[in-house]
Amino acid sequence: MEHFANLAIRSIFLENMALAYFLGMCSFLACSKKVETAIGLGVAVIFVQVLTVPLNNLLLHYLLAEGALSWISPSLATVNLSFLSFILFIGTVAAATQIVEMAVDRYAPKLYATLGVFLPLIAVNCVILAGSLFMQERDYSFAESVVFGVGSGFGWAIAIVAMAAIREKMTYSHVPDGLKGLGITFITAGLMSLAFMMFSGIQL
Amino acid sequence: MSAVGMPLGREERKVLFDPLILNNPIGVQVLGICSALAVTTRMDKALVMGIGVTLVTALANLAVSLVRSYTPGSIRIIVQLSIIASLVIVFDQILKATLYELSLELSVFVGLIITNCIVMGRAEGYAMQNGPWRSLLDGIGNGLGYSLVLMLVAFSRELLGAGKVFGVTLLPVVSEGGWYVPNGLMLLAPSALFVIGLLIWALRVWKPQLQEKD
Amino acid sequence: MPQRESTRYTILFATVVCVVCALLVSVAAVSLQPRQAAAARLYMEKNVLLAAGLLEPGSEVTAQEVNRIFDERIRVRLVDLATGELVAEDKMDARGYDQRKARGDPATSRVAPPNNAGIGRLPNLGVVYFIMKGDAVDQIVIAVEGLGMWGTIYGFLSLDRDTTTVRGLTYYDQKETPGLGGEIANPKWQALWRGRKGFDEQWNARITVIKGQAGAPEVDPLRVDGLSGATVTSNAITRLMQFWLSDNGYGKFLKRIREGTKT
Repeated sequence: MEHFANLAIRSIFLENMALAYFLGMCSFLACSKKVETAIGLGVAVIFVQVLTVPLNNLLLHYLLAEGALSWISPSLATVNLSFLSFILFIGTVAAATQIVEMAVDRYAPKLYATLGVFLPLIAVNCVILAGSLFMQERDYSFAESVVFGVGSGFGWAIAIVAMAAIREKMTYSHVPDGLKGLGITFITAGLMSLAFMMFSGIQL
Repeated sequence: MSAVGMPLGREERKVLFDPLILNNPIGVQVLGICSALAVTTRMDKALVMGIGVTLVTALANLAVSLVRSYTPGSIRIIVQLSIIASLVIVFDQILKATLYELSLELSVFVGLIITNCIVMGRAEGYAMQNGPWRSLLDGIGNGLGYSLVLMLVAFSRELLGAGKVFGVTLLPVVSEGGWYVPNGLMLLAPSALFVIGLLIWALRVWKPQLQEKD
Repeated sequence: MPQRESTRYTILFATVVCVVCALLVSVAAVSLQPRQAAAARLYMEKNVLLAAGLLEPGSEVTAQEVNRIFDERIRVRLVDLATGELVAEDKMDARGYDQRKARGDPATSRVAPPNNAGIGRLPNLGVVYFIMKGDAVDQIVIAVEGLGMWGTIYGFLSLDRDTTTVRGLTYYDQKETPGLGGEIANPKWQALWRGRKGFDEQWNARITVIKGQAGAPEVDPLRVDGLSGATVTSNAITRLMQFWLSDNGYGKFLKRIREGTKT
C-alpha cells in the first residue's frame, strides 16, 4: 500500500510530466490561456492516460516481451517482439483518444467546441506515449501501471491548470513586447518547474 | 506555381531555409518543445536528437508526399503515424547498435520523436499538399531549425553548467582543480525553459513581426 | 482499382502500409540485433575493467582489446547467492550470463528478502569476475544494483583478495539527477572509495556514504564522502552496497573466499 502511495506522490509531484520532464509542452503552452480550457484538457488527458498505460502494460506482457507469447504455445517462448512496442503503444493511444473524443462530444459538447483540434491532438501528446514508455522502461506491474497512469495524468493536469491561472493573472502585468505571450510563458514554466523541485527530497 | 522547378530554385530555398529562423519550429511555430528541453544538458545528446528528428521528418515527409494521392482521407492520420513510428524505430535500432552509451542516456526521448509535434505537423501541414522533393526539403529545413535551437540551448547549458563543450573542458571546473564554479541551475531542467524564453525574446526583438499583439 | 474513399480500397491501402512498415522495422531490428547485443555486452565489460582499474576512465577501447584482457587476466564465474558456492566452470557459460534478465525471469530468480535497497527480486546466480595476477587472484569484482532516486542504479564493485578493501568501482547505469546524484558516475568521486573497507572488524557490511567529507581511507575506512545536494542518492548507494556485501548478496561467497574454501 505504501509503495503505491509513494508511486502516486512521485508521479504527481516529483516526476511531474510537465514540470520535471517537460512533456506535453505543445498543448501545455497553447491551451493554458484560460483556466476553464485547461481543466477540460487536463481531465481528458487523465482519462486517456488511465486507459492507455495499463492496457499497454497488458499488451507488453502478454504479446510483445520476450517469452510473452508462451501462453499460446511453449514453442513461441523465445519470440521477442518488443521492438514493435512503439507502434503498438501509439495504436492504443490513438484508439483511446478516439474513444475519449466521442465521449466528450456526447456528454460535454461545449468543451468539445472549446478544445477544438487539441482533443485529437492528445493522441500525439508526448505525455501519453511517455507514460507508456516509462512504464515499459521501469518494468511496472499492472497495478503499478494503473497508479502511474492516474498519477502522471493528474500531475500534468495540475501543471496546466496552474499555468492557466498564472497566465490569466498576468494579463494585467506590463510584459515587454518581445516577451509577450510565448516568451513569458516559457519563463513562467521554468519558475514553476524550479518550484516543483522542492518535492525531490520527499521520501515516504 | 512552378510545378517542377529547379532543384534549388527560389521557392525551394525558401522552403529549406525559412524554418531555420523566420519560421523556426520551436521559436515560432511552437512545436517540438518537449524533447528539446530534456536532452539539452549536453551537446552530444542534442546533436544526436537533432540528427534523429531531421532524418525522421525528412524521410516521413518524403514518404507521406509520395503516397498522398493514394491515401484515403479517413485513415490519413494513422498512416502518417505508422510511417513516422516505423522510421523512429529504425533510427532507435541503429542507435542502439552503434552509439550504445548515448542511447542509454537518451532512453525514452528517442521514442518520443514519434509524438514530436514537428514531425506530425509538417507531415499533415505540408507533405500532404506538396510534391516529394519540396516535402523532403521542408523536412530537412524544419529538422535543422529544431537542431539549431537545441544546439544553442545545449551550448549554454553545457558550458555554464559543466564548463564543457562536447565534453571538451573550456572552463576548468573547481571540482577538477580549476577556477570556474559551475552554475548548477544550468544542469537542471528549468534552465532549458529560461534559455528558450530568452532566445524567443531575442528573436522577437530582432524580428518584431513575430511579436504577439494583445 | 477501387475508388480512393471506398472501404475496400481503404482496407487494401492500410494493409499495404502495414506490411511495408512491418517489413522495414523487422528487417532493421533483426539485422541489427547481434550488433546491439554486442554493444551492450562491450559496455558492461568495459565497466568491469574500469572497476578493476584495468582501464583508464575516459579512454576508448575496442571489442578486441576487451576480449584480450578478459582472456589474459579475467576468470568469469557464477556464484549461487544462497549458498555462496561457485558454479562449476563447465556447467554454464559465465561470461554470457545476463544477470538482469535472470533477475526478471521467475524460473531463475526468487523474491528478495525484505530489504531497504529497493531490491524486489534476486537472481539465483550472481556473476563474479576474478582478476588474476599470474595464477593468483588479485581482485574480485561483483555486480551491485539498487533503487536510486529516479531508477535502478547498476554498478560493479572491485574488492581486493582480502574481500574487504575496495580496489575500485563504477556505476554504469543510473538515472540520477545530472550534476547532483548523477555524480556517482564521476570517476573523481569513485576514486574516493579506493582503499576503504566494505566490512568492519566483525565482518558486518558497514561501508557508508556520509554527509560531508570523510577522512583519509587509512583512518576512516568505513565512510565515504557524500555528494552535496544528493542525499537521496547517497543513501541509496549506502543501502545497495551494504546489501550486496551482506549474506543476502555476495556475503556468503566472500566468506568462503576468506576461509579458503574456493575452488
